[in-house]
Amino acid sequence: MKHSTFSFMWLVVVILSLWCGPVTGWAQDGTPGAIDTGDTAWVLVSSAFVLCMTLPGLALFYGGLVRSKNVLGTLMHTAIILCMISIVWVLLGYSLAFGPDVGGIIGSLEFLGSLGVGQDAYPGTGIPHLAFMVFQLMFAAITVALITGSFAERMKFTALLLFAVLWSVLIYSPLAHWVWGGGWLAEMGALDFAGGAVVHISSGFAALVCALVLGQRKGYGVESMVPHNLPMTVLGTGLLWFGWFGFNAGSALGANGGAAAAFVATHIAACAGGISWMGAEWLRTGKPTMLGVASGIIAGLATITPGAGFVTPLPALVIGLVAGALCYAAVILKIRLGYDDSLDVVAIHGVGGFTGILATGLFASIGAQGLLYGNPGQFVIQFVLAVSTVVFVVVGTFVILKVVDLLVGLRVSSEDEETGLDLSQHSERAYT
Amino acid sequence: MKLVKAIIKPFKLDEVKEALTEIGIQGMTVTEVKGFGRQKGHKETYRGTEYQIDFVPKVKLELAIADSMEEKVIETLGKAAKTGSIGDGKIFISDLSTVVRIRTGETGEGVL
Amino acid sequence: MENRKILLKYLRILGSVLLLSFFAGSAFADEAGPAISAGDTGWLLTSSALVLAMIIPGLALFYGGMVRDKNVLSTMMYSFISICVVSVVWVLWGYTLAFGTDVGGIVGNFEFMWSNGVGPEAFPGTAIPHLAFMVFQLMFAGITVALISGAIAERMKFMAYVLFAVLWVTLIYAPLAHWVWGGGWLGELGALDFAGGTVVHISSGVAALAAALVLGKRHGYRAEKMVPHNLPFTVVGAALLWVGWFGFNAGSALAADGIAAGAFVATQVSTSAGVLGWLVMEWMYSGKPTALGGASGAIAGLVAITPAAGFVGPISSIVIGVGAGVLCYLAVVWKSKFGYDDALDVLGIHGIGGTWGAIATGLFASVGGGTGLFFGNPGQVFIQAVGVGATWVFSFVGTFIILKVLDMVMGLRVEKKEEIIGLDLSEHNERAYT
Repeated sequence: MKHSTFSFMWLVVVILSLWCGPVTGWAQDGTPGAIDTGDTAWVLVSSAFVLCMTLPGLALFYGGLVRSKNVLGTLMHTAIILCMISIVWVLLGYSLAFGPDVGGIIGSLEFLGSLGVGQDAYPGTGIPHLAFMVFQLMFAAITVALITGSFAERMKFTALLLFAVLWSVLIYSPLAHWVWGGGWLAEMGALDFAGGAVVHISSGFAALVCALVLGQRKGYGVESMVPHNLPMTVLGTGLLWFGWFGFNAGSALGANGGAAAAFVATHIAACAGGISWMGAEWLRTGKPTMLGVASGIIAGLATITPGAGFVTPLPALVIGLVAGALCYAAVILKIRLGYDDSLDVVAIHGVGGFTGILATGLFASIGAQGLLYGNPGQFVIQFVLAVSTVVFVVVGTFVILKVVDLLVGLRVSSEDEETGLDLSQHSERAYT
Repeated sequence: MKLVKAIIKPFKLDEVKEALTEIGIQGMTVTEVKGFGRQKGHKETYRGTEYQIDFVPKVKLELAIADSMEEKVIETLGKAAKTGSIGDGKIFISDLSTVVRIRTGETGEGVL
Repeated sequence: MENRKILLKYLRILGSVLLLSFFAGSAFADEAGPAISAGDTGWLLTSSALVLAMIIPGLALFYGGMVRDKNVLSTMMYSFISICVVSVVWVLWGYTLAFGTDVGGIVGNFEFMWSNGVGPEAFPGTAIPHLAFMVFQLMFAGITVALISGAIAERMKFMAYVLFAVLWVTLIYAPLAHWVWGGGWLGELGALDFAGGTVVHISSGVAALAAALVLGKRHGYRAEKMVPHNLPFTVVGAALLWVGWFGFNAGSALAADGIAAGAFVATQVSTSAGVLGWLVMEWMYSGKPTALGGASGAIAGLVAITPAAGFVGPISSIVIGVGAGVLCYLAVVWKSKFGYDDALDVLGIHGIGGTWGAIATGLFASVGGGTGLFFGNPGQVFIQAVGVGATWVFSFVGTFIILKVLDMVMGLRVEKKEEIIGLDLSEHNERAYT
């Protein structure tokens, strides 16, 4: 076992060094003069913001929600996904998503190994191609990391590694190409400002499939599975919110009026989402909760993501209000239906993303027109976008999971689950 | 000698301590405990899932007293810990055979 | 049950207002004017995000770590709900009250009601979109309200706090911001407040005093042990506040220019000096320097430099920072002599630190269009004192009245039993740690 791991690593190192040999240099001098320092600084800052969403933001958000025996296992999912997907993206993923279009379906292998991705301006922007690539990298990483919430506390670590790589290459990259890389959905005129379909519907519905295929946690519905450290989740919420400004406003790919509009819409929707979720639970159970507000904020943020750059502040407020209450309802529905989406990825990202894509078709007014601004066709396109994303993701994720299950098995043993992932998978404990 | 154990509501602790000190009790041991009796527990809600928490936080008081103090302690403690609503707790009294002061090795009621 | 009825009523009102306003107007200039600078805009958006990080998670953790573990979620909840509620109020009517066209030096008009007319075009006098300016100011309004929650922690009814936030930002914050920054009478007078010494810190600190007085002491204050339950949280929170404060102060230049760089440097230097000042005092008077002392000193230094940041050089910043550390330490220690229960020392740090900073601006201002006493303009100190006095009186009286009214309408405090159980369970049905 150890031996084979070693030889595999050597193989990778050798291939990588051969590959890098002939690479001499990208266009060092004579960049086309189109680089804007302000735009570049903003997109680089935004990339760092999105990193901050993933690690530590999302890691802590999820980490606080699980039981104390699984907190490191949960943090580990996010951390290792960030590392692995970054490498996959630079080697292969970016080219599949943003290489020159092949039949509307996928990018070519032109940027394989990030060859040809240099300091010159990315077409249509004032930022270096490298900055664009790394900004997109952060999106690819967080999308996979989001899914982990659905199978927290029970997935085998090796299975997670395999699943993450396959999902990113086979699902995320093509999807990003369809919507943002010049693929068929982009051609159709589908609007997805910062990833309502590419990031949130995709991770949310992948999460649904994962929850169904893996099955419930041991003792689900019988034992108490209350969050072990809510302040940690609150800290994660704050960092997610903070980073989301880079995610959404950075998606303008420049520091301009559009970025400012996206920033404002993002913020207002987050606030409205928090208030609305809290109001809904206050009415239903009689008390507002901290976890409710935190969840509502994330719901508002996920829902405004596709529309952020296309809507004015008041529609953003409406979108946020709808998001909070609707995602809360989805959580309640989950409890009724009985599938164990442990940290509610489906209810928040899936339902939020789907709603957001449709809402963009209603409320878009900056740079595009939605139904309410006299363009009903946009709503239809948005509907096609949402549904085709769901179908592709559900089928693809199911196949990948089955393959991974055959190869290494998806779940830890019942005994290991009882012990907790921290000890059984990683031989460490969070608190001593 | 008697050993008095009382389970009371946490927020009554200060009043009970004051009242007992007033009638001459010199020392006691206090532990934070959880338990349930006829009082129902409380409800917690996490993202819409409601959990019934049966074990309610209480405070356990332990004190050793001379036989002559028994009535007075029961009366004082009961009065101070009472709110009149369900969940006020209970007082348990049992015989105590020996008490030893570790520092000096003394035994008997004089130690109390 | 009663809560639900009240809630439903508010929801209905809110709904109809929104519906009306939505169709009222949504004119939005399609393309920005020629004057937008990408560098300035990028910096302002970054700064706005940094100020959010000060509130959430910064302040939430800073305060959350200092309360007892039965109240940590409710304390964080105050910060969260502050920013959520204030943001909505701000885009609907707060911004226009503060920055709409001046009406008699007192308040802005309804020009930007529902954020109509706030678009991607440049904000007058800057190269940033109007929307960016609006959201930057929004974060300031949010943190000011959240700061007050430190005084009422561990005992205020959640519903009462929500209404308090709405009323306070509308009736106190928006007019005050107008007086100083929106073209009101203090601005006309020439009062200097670079990033909010009066508008943010004195106003929240003094409101905290009024709130502590109206609410009364926590049950068991001084009789029971009320020590911070998780100081590492507080230290992380202080660190995030420090990071975010660069956006707060250097962002207030509204551009990425020399003044922003100057404000950035002043902020860093003063904060460090504030830590040193506080620690030395602590060491001298109580024998040992503490981590909580260091964190408090950092906040004190940050608060004091806030009004001065763009107007002073690095050496003046050291003096301001050390002064803040010393004064705020004394204020916090002396609090116990007066006997009001400002639970997390909002007055001691923000009120006193802000007052010192505002006066110090009148002493040390030398760059960026301000000149203070030490640089040949004695009148500035007087103007600063007027600004400080007006803010103290307005915020104290206004807050006092708002709270008294709320107390009559719905009651401000949770019941004694609920307070003893802890607000996490009694107000929110959840516990922080299991």
